[in-house]
Amino acid sequence: MTVRRVVGIETEYGISVPGDPGANPMLLSAQVVNAYATATAGGRTRPRWDYEDEAPLRDARGFEVDRARAHPSQLTDAPRRATPNASDVVSAETEDPTMANVILTNGARFYVDHAHPEYSSPEVLTPRDAVRWDRAGEAILLESLRRVAATPGLTPVTIYKNNTDGKGASYGTHENYLMSRSTPFGDVVRHLTPFFVSRQVFTGAGRVGLGQDSREAGFQISQRADFFEVEVGLETTMKRPIINTRDEPHATVDKYRRLHVIVGDATMCEVATLLKVGTTSLVLAMLEDGWLEGGPAGDLLLSEPVRALHEVSHDPGLTHLVRLRDGRRMSAVQLQRAYLEAAHAYVADRYGADVDADTAEVLTRWEQVLGRLETDVFSAAREVDWVAKLRLLEGYRSRDGLDWDNARLQAVDLQWSDVRPEKGLHRKLAQRGQVETLLSEQEVAHAVDHPPTDTRAYFRGECLARYGARVAAASWDSVIFDVAGRGALQRVPTLEPLRGTREHVGALLDRCESAEDLVAALTG
Amino acid sequence: MPGQEQQRPSRREDETEDVPAVPAQGAGQTSAKSSETDADVDALLDEIDEVLESNSEEFVRGFVQKGGQ
Repeated sequence: MTVRRVVGIETEYGISVPGDPGANPMLLSAQVVNAYATATAGGRTRPRWDYEDEAPLRDARGFEVDRARAHPSQLTDAPRRATPNASDVVSAETEDPTMANVILTNGARFYVDHAHPEYSSPEVLTPRDAVRWDRAGEAILLESLRRVAATPGLTPVTIYKNNTDGKGASYGTHENYLMSRSTPFGDVVRHLTPFFVSRQVFTGAGRVGLGQDSREAGFQISQRADFFEVEVGLETTMKRPIINTRDEPHATVDKYRRLHVIVGDATMCEVATLLKVGTTSLVLAMLEDGWLEGGPAGDLLLSEPVRALHEVSHDPGLTHLVRLRDGRRMSAVQLQRAYLEAAHAYVADRYGADVDADTAEVLTRWEQVLGRLETDVFSAAREVDWVAKLRLLEGYRSRDGLDWDNARLQAVDLQWSDVRPEKGLHRKLAQRGQVETLLSEQEVAHAVDHPPTDTRAYFRGECLARYGARVAAASWDSVIFDVAGRGALQRVPTLEPLRGTREHVGALLDRCESAEDLVAALTG
Repeated sequence: MPGQEQQRPSRREDETEDVPAVPAQGAGQTSAKSSETDADVDALLDEIDEVLESNSEEFVRGFVQKGGQ
């Protein structure tokens, strides 16, 4: 294995009504999703989400949480109803936000999760494609915002790709990595914990304010770090764990595990997103192959991982040394260097000069960014969100003599990830060529409507695009047709993420003019 | 370990070697010298001034989210 791996990124976006902090976020989120769905579905009935195979309480450590003891927010397999404020005018459209749950022609899921619009990207195979369909999500949220603004009677909203309001609330950006079920989960915890604690140095989005509710003024590397309280666990909304144990593969259960990573930040910089996914994929490949044991990254157990996660985030100077269980002390960049060294040796051993371009790119950029962080932090401002953000903040501080508790700096922090190009500060930097971009606007626009061609997302997205009126429901691992001449709904399972690709079903779909033809062909 | 530098248009290669100062715990201050001139940042800030929410305090206070995952 290389950096090629089935991956997806889920992003809960921040949503706000200027001047009305009390607006009901579930209804606002439903409005956002529905506005997009109505504009793109062309008025046809929307396929619903198929909850058949969801199992949010199954724990990777080998047990299942009793449903009665679970927190309601953990029951993601059952649609939840909104609890509108008494003052909300409830229309048929927004009465049930769970109806705002759509599957897009690019294979993504776009829905209301808790109190946020969430975009779950389609399954992709490379870090570059992870960036591409993540950026497509930003474009989709922007289009939704524009649709809401243009619709009489709807409340205009602003939308942010961030992870905290600075007042105690946090919402996630989750990465999902398909991995081998045969890899012992204890090894996953042992090797990934130091990796996640230290990768913040290039995955952090930057945050003004220290502590969950920003009780102390200052700047830290990560939006999310302060919200993590335990090392391993099943929760995602409280007592958040560095390693999440949700065991819901949405794929062949005995073959795959879906590693659900909740510790990351929402990143705007494309290089940061590439590295976030690419380096994690490489570490997983080494982990599955047993390569890490005994190597430079073989024994990096931290004495207090949660504390170390916070300390690393609170140290933008990158000089802090975290304590290892064996008594050593290492900086976050040194920990990353150990993983990088192992990865170089691994790739050289397995592929030599035949290494694929995606893997070579991740290795090269990983080394470059660590080198920049070691020599001059600000030289990483073209690639890393927190550095680019800090550069702006320090500019304001020195020009206007601002202290860290000044509201202007918090405004810069928030506006960094505003999805509107005329307002978002990251977009402003991108327009000026001051952050590196990997994708053209045309490539992003194409990914808004089209699925990746090399995973099952191709089959899902193309079925929606070609036979949408006949798709009753869909999910990660199913497409369900309601076709003429058959009494029952026809469920096509898609449990193998590497089937249903263009190579696999492209010709079949081209032959089938209608959903009836397709179902007939599939059922023989 | 020097990285394999790729040619980057628009990247300057005259970076200084200043190491960031140790910030006070949580103070979040680095005194790193970046490779760019102050004029670059100033031009950028001027542009951001144009789009930054005019009433920062109200904007920040009004951004309240319900928790999520």
